[in-house]
Amino acid sequence: MNDKMPITLTVNGEVVSQHVSPRDTLADFLRSALQLTGTHLGCEMGACGACLVLIEDRPIHACLMFAVQADGMVIETIEGLNDRGIIADLQEAFHQRNALQCGFCTPGMLVTAYHLVKTDQASSRELIRDGLSGNYCRCTGYEAIVDAIEKVASARKADAGRVASEEVGA
Amino acid sequence: MSAPLHSIDRPNSYIGRSVTRPNAKRLLAGRGRFVTDLVLPRMLHAAFVRSPYAHARIVSIDSTDAKAMPGVRLIATGENLRQLCKPWVGKLDHFKGMKSSEQWPLPVDKAVWAGQAIIAVVADTRAQAEDAAEAVMVEFEELPAVVDIDAARAPASEIIAPELGTNLCFNLRLDTGGIDDVFASAKHVVEDELHFGRHTAVTMEPRAILADYNASEHQLTVHHATQTPYQFQDLYSRHFGIPEANVRVIAPDIGGSFGMKLHVYNEDMAVIGLSMMLGRPVKYVADRLESFLSDIHARDHRVRARLAMDEGGKIIAMDVDDVTAVGAFSSYPRSSVVEGNQVVRLIGAPYNFKDYRAELSVVFQNKVQTSQYRAVGHPIACAVTERLVDMAASRIGLDPFEMRARNVIPDGAYPCASATGFKFEALSHEACLVRLKAMMNYDALRQEQAELLKQGIRRGIGIAAFVEITNPSPAFYGIGGAHISAQDGAIIKVTPSGDVQCLISVTEMGQGTETIIGQIVAETLGVEREQVKVITGDTEITPHGGATWACRGAGIGGETALQGTKRLKLNILSVAAAILQEKPERLDIRNGQIVDADSGQQRIALAEVARIVYFRSDTLPPDTNAQLTVAHHYAPQGYPFAFTNGVQASYIELDAETGFVKLLKHWVVEDCGRVINPMLVDEQVRGGVVQGLGAAFLEECLYDETGQLTNGSLADYLVPMAVEMPDIEIAHVETPTRDTELGAKGCGEAGTAAAAAAALNAVNDALASLNTSISQIPMTPARLLRALGHA
Repeated sequence: MNDKMPITLTVNGEVVSQHVSPRDTLADFLRSALQLTGTHLGCEMGACGACLVLIEDRPIHACLMFAVQADGMVIETIEGLNDRGIIADLQEAFHQRNALQCGFCTPGMLVTAYHLVKTDQASSRELIRDGLSGNYCRCTGYEAIVDAIEKVASARKADAGRVASEEVGA
Repeated sequence: MSAPLHSIDRPNSYIGRSVTRPNAKRLLAGRGRFVTDLVLPRMLHAAFVRSPYAHARIVSIDSTDAKAMPGVRLIATGENLRQLCKPWVGKLDHFKGMKSSEQWPLPVDKAVWAGQAIIAVVADTRAQAEDAAEAVMVEFEELPAVVDIDAARAPASEIIAPELGTNLCFNLRLDTGGIDDVFASAKHVVEDELHFGRHTAVTMEPRAILADYNASEHQLTVHHATQTPYQFQDLYSRHFGIPEANVRVIAPDIGGSFGMKLHVYNEDMAVIGLSMMLGRPVKYVADRLESFLSDIHARDHRVRARLAMDEGGKIIAMDVDDVTAVGAFSSYPRSSVVEGNQVVRLIGAPYNFKDYRAELSVVFQNKVQTSQYRAVGHPIACAVTERLVDMAASRIGLDPFEMRARNVIPDGAYPCASATGFKFEALSHEACLVRLKAMMNYDALRQEQAELLKQGIRRGIGIAAFVEITNPSPAFYGIGGAHISAQDGAIIKVTPSGDVQCLISVTEMGQGTETIIGQIVAETLGVEREQVKVITGDTEITPHGGATWACRGAGIGGETALQGTKRLKLNILSVAAAILQEKPERLDIRNGQIVDADSGQQRIALAEVARIVYFRSDTLPPDTNAQLTVAHHYAPQGYPFAFTNGVQASYIELDAETGFVKLLKHWVVEDCGRVINPMLVDEQVRGGVVQGLGAAFLEECLYDETGQLTNGSLADYLVPMAVEMPDIEIAHVETPTRDTELGAKGCGEAGTAAAAAAALNAVNDALASLNTSISQIPMTPARLLRALGHA
């Protein structure tokens, strides 16, 4: 089980080539080998959402995927997403609305929020609450998170032109 | 209180404002530093062999094969670790007669709960340690397990700790006298038996510890995900025989705690010993199953209670029997009896009656220990009280609001004491009830409820009044012999460029401690908030203090910062006066400038004063005492506790066919005295409410009859999700405590204290139309269906 396998993938815009154990999850690989510790492990069974990363721009549980399965893929973690327009808006809204306390769930929460805003699934509080239900938070009670996402979604909708230009820039 | 602290006309006015948290930005950027994330040179990883039985003798251990596995550095038994660590007993002196057995890092003769760590394995990687743990062969002789709450006291019961001769941990009786006569002659008596399931904190970051023992200096550094670093500095020093000054505990970013991470865990003590044995850093992070099996649980109470009332709906007495099962031994160092103690002392607390009797029985069982978790005892006391108050109101056809309005202690009656002896300085139940009724538009809501019922839609409204213990004095733990401080300390210093650092003993877990301390320091000193950096969570650099628990951070830590900053300001003005050849009392500090106090005219910048003090002291008059660093300690004085109070309401819809409950809305009116940051207070309340609603509807640690936890994963143990939770509307009544200049009381547990009680009353309000009721939480669909007669 310790025979390492070579993988090459793109993480936060950089091409990474490493050898990994077949049993290493993508989350373990990101956290240990690449020291990208913004991706957190809360349950290691795909329930809590703390480990969500973007793979090919879709939210994926890094704890449910082996690193070898990510060979050839394009992965973005919170560390690489900071400069992206929607994420930066969400971070600012989360900060202003105090939509985080301990912050352990927050990177995964931002990944889901990004996906909801980007795919227009954040047009109502009900939709946002539904869309967030794969992300557990024990601190906030969720309302502030819903408020922050709602604010970003409606602001971006109100200015669709700005969205288009920022996505080109991202 | 002289001048109001949050006059908005003043420059640098921050107290009372909803400002954002500076330290939240790194968390948003994925740059948090959790213990889980830390890596040290030559670091090893620990894993544990755990007991498959709830109660079993350890017959033999064979680790020959495991030792030969790749990467394995050490396999340690309870006997090995016992050589390094003095044992502990989870007793507090002020709980007379309480019993508990001696504990070591790992057990030496038997396992007392399923999942208890038995043997430690240290390897180069966690995966290797887990591989080797599976290869350790332990022969167990299974013993009868005490699982049921009544089994512990049954005559033929297995005694878990034979040296104690009993499974009764603690017994307490409160009695104001003559209760039987009061009940016998009362016009109305209502009674109920209520059940409260075991649940647990489920912090998103599991427990994590990284111990680094350096033999050359006899120095122990522990990176520990805890809310109480000073408590652990003391414990590690005393139990492992290392001078306290050589023990450093660092609590960096903590991924949630809620009380769970301030207890001694066997694995944590083992990890300290393992690092000492190996002379290398050893890290242990619980996985989610280990968290469910070994984090403290809470609650697990069965309460039989009755309430006596006169013909006018006046409560005259309560009589209570609480049995709680706390696991196989009492938790250390805060014990496992505080919750039960608080249940029997908080029951009836909002109400004006004098006759009270309570019996508390705390029993051992073969499960993981219970201990303090957010709102310790409050949710149980509140649910018991508020359920009975609703039953009493219903008995005489009184509206729940009117029932409470007639019975709460009047706002003008303070200071006074509860029937159980709690001394109340000033509470505001009446004002809170009035505010809540208006905020929720109660009469219209009742009308809506009645209209919908005609269409077969069953909605319920539940009210719950509460008090919350905050700002505890040494009466809480110190008096019981525990080295748990009730005071806090701060070092506040001006840097050479005129910025300010405040190193303070209260700790941050995301609730905003550093933010509110920064607000207090900036406003009190007269500088911009951005100039103040608050540093917490490191015993080597911050003064010794109680840290953050029992809602003491704002009230005690905040007062510490306020008084320390006032002293610093006097020092600064004294130096500035010497420089300016002016009287200190004629000067003030505003926006980082020393100004003329009357005219506001700028005299000299704080940065310039600091530059002169640090680099050109030769230009100061010879006898100038330039102290731009102040250390200040503050211990609560006056009342033993500052009580927060409030009232909550829950609005729900019950589907009588499926047993599902939809939470429509929740309201909280709360009085935590002076509000330092309204946004942060509201978010504490919201988070607390949702944890309370989790307990009310979802969360329960389920065991089978052999004592096996059957739902130890986040797919099986349900925590509240965004889609199930309601929006929560919050309002405040502010009755500052006069024990401090700041006037702040705690708020972090208020939400949890009464949310389940409000929900329980709301569900029973909906069930009333079907002539049935429920007296157990969590109110799962299956239990509701049973209550509805669908067996």
